[in-house]
Amino acid sequence: MPAPIRLRELIRTIRTARTQAEEREMIQKECAAIRSSFREEDNTYRCRNVAKLLYMHMLGYPAHFGQLECLKLIASQKFTDKRIGYLGAMLLLDERQDVHLLMTNCIKNDLNHSTQYVQGLSLCTLGCMGSSEMCRDLAGEVEKLLKTSNSYLRKKAALCAVHVIRKVPELMEMFLPATKNLLSEKNHGVLHTSVVLLTEMCERSPDMLSHFRKLVPQLVRILKNLIMSGYSPEHDVSGISDPFLQVRILRLLRILGKGDDDSSEAMNDILAQVATNTETSKNVGNAILYETVLTIMDIKSESGLRVLAINILGRFLLNNDKNIRYVALTSLLKTVQTDHNAVQRHRSTIVDCLKDLDVSIKRRAMELSFALVNGNNIRGMMKELLYFLDSCDPDFKADCASGIFLAAEKYAPSKRWHIDTIMRVLTTAGSYVRDDSVPNLIQLITNSVEMHAYTVQRLYKALLDDISQQPLVQVASWCIGEYGDLLVSGQCEEEEPIQVSEDEVLDVLEGLLVSNLSTPVTRAYSLTAIMKLSTRFSSVNRIKKVVSIYGSSIDVELQQRAVEYNALFKKYDHMRPALLERMPIMEKTASNGPTDIVQTNGETDSTILDTKHLPNITQPASQANDLLDLLGGNDVVPVIQTTVPTKPASAGGELLDLLGDLSLTGGPTPTPAPSVPMSQPSFLLDGLTSQPLFNDIAAVIPPMTAYNKNGLKIEFTFERSNPNPNIAVITIHATNSSEADMTEFVFQAAVPKTFQLQLLSPSSNVVPALNQGSVTQVIRVLNPQKQQLRMRIKLTYTHKGSPVQDLAEVNNFPPQSWQ
Amino acid sequence: MIKAILIFNNHGKPRLSKFYEHYTEDTEQQIIRETFHLVSKRDENVCNFLEGGLLIGGSENKLIYRHYATLYFVFCVDSSESELGILDLIQVFVETLDKCFENVCELDLIFHMDKVHNILAEMVMGGMVLETNMSEISTQAEAHSKMEKSEAGIAGAPARAVSAVKNMNLPEMPKNINIGDISIKVPNLSSFK
Repeated sequence: MPAPIRLRELIRTIRTARTQAEEREMIQKECAAIRSSFREEDNTYRCRNVAKLLYMHMLGYPAHFGQLECLKLIASQKFTDKRIGYLGAMLLLDERQDVHLLMTNCIKNDLNHSTQYVQGLSLCTLGCMGSSEMCRDLAGEVEKLLKTSNSYLRKKAALCAVHVIRKVPELMEMFLPATKNLLSEKNHGVLHTSVVLLTEMCERSPDMLSHFRKLVPQLVRILKNLIMSGYSPEHDVSGISDPFLQVRILRLLRILGKGDDDSSEAMNDILAQVATNTETSKNVGNAILYETVLTIMDIKSESGLRVLAINILGRFLLNNDKNIRYVALTSLLKTVQTDHNAVQRHRSTIVDCLKDLDVSIKRRAMELSFALVNGNNIRGMMKELLYFLDSCDPDFKADCASGIFLAAEKYAPSKRWHIDTIMRVLTTAGSYVRDDSVPNLIQLITNSVEMHAYTVQRLYKALLDDISQQPLVQVASWCIGEYGDLLVSGQCEEEEPIQVSEDEVLDVLEGLLVSNLSTPVTRAYSLTAIMKLSTRFSSVNRIKKVVSIYGSSIDVELQQRAVEYNALFKKYDHMRPALLERMPIMEKTASNGPTDIVQTNGETDSTILDTKHLPNITQPASQANDLLDLLGGNDVVPVIQTTVPTKPASAGGELLDLLGDLSLTGGPTPTPAPSVPMSQPSFLLDGLTSQPLFNDIAAVIPPMTAYNKNGLKIEFTFERSNPNPNIAVITIHATNSSEADMTEFVFQAAVPKTFQLQLLSPSSNVVPALNQGSVTQVIRVLNPQKQQLRMRIKLTYTHKGSPVQDLAEVNNFPPQSWQ
Repeated sequence: MIKAILIFNNHGKPRLSKFYEHYTEDTEQQIIRETFHLVSKRDENVCNFLEGGLLIGGSENKLIYRHYATLYFVFCVDSSESELGILDLIQVFVETLDKCFENVCELDLIFHMDKVHNILAEMVMGGMVLETNMSEISTQAEAHSKMEKSEAGIAGAPARAVSAVKNMNLPEMPKNINIGDISIKVPNLSSFK
């Protein structure tokens, strides 16, 4: 078999390939050749083949068949083989392959090899990809090498130790004795890696931290030597001697000095020296200064030093170099929490950075600006931020908009300013604002009562300009619906009132309905707004027409609303004014309550249901309940908070099932009930304790006791639902006169075939003892044939620890209940 | 900690890729592609720091890059490294390569990928900076290659011959041997009588 081609040849060949396919072909051919060569167990050319394999791996082709070969190379005696073998191991192997464990023995032998380069190779590989098992086995060897005098090996051993500690934190103790004289080394490489090792140990364990605090003077001395010493050509980078080591030491000092007065004390001088003496013309000097500033901010430094640090950062901000500005903004962001006032001084520079062309800088400046906003500078800052919002990239707009909303909420100097700001955001970045900003804004508007006229006027004008930004349109249509009368009457103190006629307003709203730019949600908003205007405007006919047109809309949401509004016009005209009255001021928390439940019902717009169902307090109960029954008492219902312990989240799905669920039920269906007003105060009738309609009827049908045994008494009270005289609504009250509670109380009922029974969920399933409370449940019985009502009931509960079950027949229904 | 070191050219072809955290091969290639997309979009005069792409850890990791002629050198680091320090490290790395390869160019990196890996291994180990002294690093790398050459045996003969010639200190040979002007004096033979 001819000798496999050299790596160089392979690379040359691959580079001649003109297409990806050609390259793939060449590589596959070569892979096949390599594979057969591996099979032949050819020692001489193995390293060449593996080298080629690594090249192909870098280009992205699979190379896992070379893993074992790498191991064989590592085991060989030749340095060349070992080198390629270890490189291959680092690139191709990792903890997840079991093969890597085979390396452990090889590495162990190589760690004790006579040649330092071989030892170095094995340390390197162990430090890069050693798994925890390998580290555990070989930690002892590493520790031995940490104490050697050979600086080449010592520095590698130090970094390897770091890797071991990362993988197996328990072994940290083992390396402690070896660290004793690490810092007395002269060799910078060893110093550097020792500082890294110490840093890692301090970060991981607070005990180590306190142990190493005593090294602070030594570190300070080393740093001093570095700065003071003259030109040293070896470690010089652009005129500063070993900046990498300086930076590392500063970082370690930061960790050691944090929270500790004595160490911070010891460091103050050297930090001041570094801060003042370092040359800042090159990146190197700035790197050191940056690190110094971070250290000063973190330790308990004296105030003079802190001011110095912030001033350095301020100087950085004015630097031409973008990198420096970026770094300054990042560190200012970190310090703004602690040293707010100092950072405020640089506010104007930061705001200027908003106009920078560089995306990373703009983002940092934006975050920092939001952190700097406070009550005093809100107006100025907001102007700049709004200007920024206008001109920034779309990625930023969402974050910026939310930031502006938050800042405005916290620091708004006046309501008018707040509303203006939000409107400005909506008009410029309308499509990027978050969804919850619409209800938040609406809530804000309702709360600022004196601004209603001004708000609605501005929103109307904005709508005339542009109807493409959905959140703006939604808020505007809601407001016009609510405060349309203010708009038309032309009373506005804050601004020049504009003359708007009712027809113009309706034109705009209808325009929204038909426009292609409006989403379904927006259309729902505008339909409801039109409906609300029917009580505020005089031209009802036009509104009636619009509403009836949408009764046949394809969009189910719109159709449902239109149909319901139509019904309002036709049958319930007397209710309309009350129903569509002005919304009360919403409490932020309360409005979250029902809207959550409502939203799980599949309704997308919370406020629409709010309009219908939130308490218009003067509304008479009868009309409300009639409405409920009209709609089958179904999807409208969930707004009525029952104190029933049913999870609101389940309201969604089962509610819609309720539509068909009027069959015989054996057990309590877990659907929220339209609880009859007198049993629980429902949200709809909040604050309304006046007579519900049904009280009247209840007085007509006397209540009866259905069951009374063992302390458990069940009483039936009757209501007759008005529109459908065949449905009798029975409420059971269960009371417990014994001394022990009855838990897991379940009431079940069955009726003869000619009846239909619907059992709604009980108020609870614990009947408290000694008549302290009662469990109520509603039963609806459909009795189309007007036969005598009979019922068999089954009760199960746990009383005094033992389960009790009972059956009973209820025959003594008063005749009025089923006639 | 340094998570990855990538070198690729202006078209996105990888010239060196070293990961200090484990990813699958596919992910590695994707990371290279994603990094190339992010870095190549950057203007010349913006800062050298970027948020990391999604694959390599998102906003916790930063990409610090430098553009030299046709190559991008990208170091992906986490928050424990100083950004400006890493910029300097990239500079030191490139200068070391320059020293070891004598006026390094992209072709050198292409054809001597293993040597570049070795130099890098002398500088960064396990994601942490090992040595920053350029002369130290290049001495070590040279010692390695010397060891390799001494072992190479017969197969290394041509290479050794080449390096032997390079190192040969030939005395200054006359460069031009100008034959044109030699006048050959024809001896004046006396006539016979």
